[in-house]
Amino acid sequence: MLKYFTKRLVALVLIITAISIGSFYMIHLLPGDLATVILGSGNTPENKKKLFAQLGLDKGLVQQYLTWMSHVLQGDLGKSYITNESINTSIAKALPIDLEMIVVSQILAFAAAIPLAMKAAKKPNGLFDRLSNGITFGLLSVPSFIIVVYLVLLIAIKWQIPGTGPASFTRFPEWGMLFSDTGTFFTALKDNLMSLLIPSLTLSIGSFVVYFRVLRSDLIATLQEEYITMARSKGLSRRRIMWRHAFRPSSVALLGTAGINIGGLIAGGFVVQYLLSIPGLGSLLIASITLQDYLVIQSTVFVVAVAVIVINFAVDFITTLVDPRIARD
Amino acid sequence: MTNNEVVVSPAESVVEQPEKKPPIGIFTWICVAWLVVNVLVGLLASILPIPDPNEMISMPGMGMSFEHLMGTDDLGRDIFGRLAWGARISLGVGIGSMAIAFGIGGPLGMLAAYRRGKVDVIMSSVMFTFLAFPSIIAIIAVLSFWTPRSLGKIIIVIGISSIPLVYRVMRAAALSAGSKEYVTAARVQGAKDRRIIFRELLPNVAPTGLSFLLFGVATVIALEGVLAFLGLSIAPDVAPSWGNMINDARQSLNNVPQNWPLIIFPSAILCLFILALNFVGDRLRSYFDVTEVKL
Repeated sequence: MLKYFTKRLVALVLIITAISIGSFYMIHLLPGDLATVILGSGNTPENKKKLFAQLGLDKGLVQQYLTWMSHVLQGDLGKSYITNESINTSIAKALPIDLEMIVVSQILAFAAAIPLAMKAAKKPNGLFDRLSNGITFGLLSVPSFIIVVYLVLLIAIKWQIPGTGPASFTRFPEWGMLFSDTGTFFTALKDNLMSLLIPSLTLSIGSFVVYFRVLRSDLIATLQEEYITMARSKGLSRRRIMWRHAFRPSSVALLGTAGINIGGLIAGGFVVQYLLSIPGLGSLLIASITLQDYLVIQSTVFVVAVAVIVINFAVDFITTLVDPRIARD
Repeated sequence: MTNNEVVVSPAESVVEQPEKKPPIGIFTWICVAWLVVNVLVGLLASILPIPDPNEMISMPGMGMSFEHLMGTDDLGRDIFGRLAWGARISLGVGIGSMAIAFGIGGPLGMLAAYRRGKVDVIMSSVMFTFLAFPSIIAIIAVLSFWTPRSLGKIIIVIGISSIPLVYRVMRAAALSAGSKEYVTAARVQGAKDRRIIFRELLPNVAPTGLSFLLFGVATVIALEGVLAFLGLSIAPDVAPSWGNMINDARQSLNNVPQNWPLIIFPSAILCLFILALNFVGDRLRSYFDVTEVKL
């Protein structure tokens, strides 16, 4: 077990190193002239030289990479060439929004998927099972950018529910307010949740479909095991068998799926954020791509990629703790 | 050297046949027919009597009529005509990029699975590193800088970024096929690597590959929609694609919510096409995969 994790940890470090090189080098492969972007009409050869010396861009690529990496390792992602804002601040402002969207959507998805999958698995091929299986298969074919368009049309335009439409984003309230000004805190929290209603629903529908299908088929397989028959013949209640004997082993598969899915959600939330003008990481990334803000793109890509990989690693770790057989392969 | 089947042990042939395969079912054939119709319409859009997609033929926002089967959009262009021509772009991106991904990733994956050892370790560590990188970000970044955008560039970028995934699937499929007796038999008879990969392994990983190909095309068609929403696909006035039609409709529906055919038709066609691909892919997989049939 320890050997397995050491091996995985080494692989993790190698992959992160490779990704840092990748996100650094990718930006340099792309066409476009940084000097024109920053200096505009003042792009004379002398000014360009001065600028590059100031930004450290006159050094070799390897030197530039090492400088960047040593700053990153000290927790400093640098400053935007264009807005002059610290990238740490930009990411610190954007990241909590992504996290909140993901947490809310996952709560919704699990809350719907677990009971429905249990109900479906109770009678495989029964009416409810077939119906839910068919509907989720259909939903699997609806891309999230279509779901978000229809949700906006329905919730924000047809029903006119206030505070849900595009460009109505409000931030999560300060925690300090919870004690000093409880009433305002909860009003602000409500506004915040309403403005995240459409994006969270969109992400949760996509996740729900996947979780439901995985858990349902795994539960059906688990319920055919002999120890379930044994538990039944002991006279245990259906509910107890479902939760204690069937759901626990099946939750391993669910956990693994969730890990892969959450990694994808960070990237998948980008379009949703862009459409609803929610200032998360996706909007930050797309805005900096439009501005050709190299260092911001490079750092955001790096942070997102590392986050995805670390989440996958963490899920792997938890799954192995729950089911140690995995480490033996 | 042609009759490798002779070597198959009797025990194995018993294992291969007992489970009755599930019936293919009428719905699968409906899906196949729907896929074929779309591909044909996309291919023959220039020959069939389909209204010009870029011409402003009549009044904007006309409802459905015999002349304009699905009505007209906010610029007076025929929606049915745009959908038919849009199939070209959407399917072109889906099929073209998967052709690149399978053309490169497939043989590499099979080679790694068959050779094992150093070749496998080196190729797999490179591929799995790329796989850990969220490819949508790379696609967005590359496409936003690589201007002017064209269908070819979009296909190349998506195709190359899908190679690692195809590599992993084909390698896994070939790993399970490669340990079977017929491969050993061919090797013992002195067959060359290329022959083993293309004549022995390929037919056996083909079902897995085909069903994954269908899922891949479905994913890429959706991805083209995402890119269209970000303004990174073909521009809607250059050529319609299903994705940029939905994006157009979204923007104009904020002003004129009544013109619902504008969004219903493109999104329904796109979803139904993806549904058909997913369904046929799923059927293929369960049809050929013995272990899943047993469940």
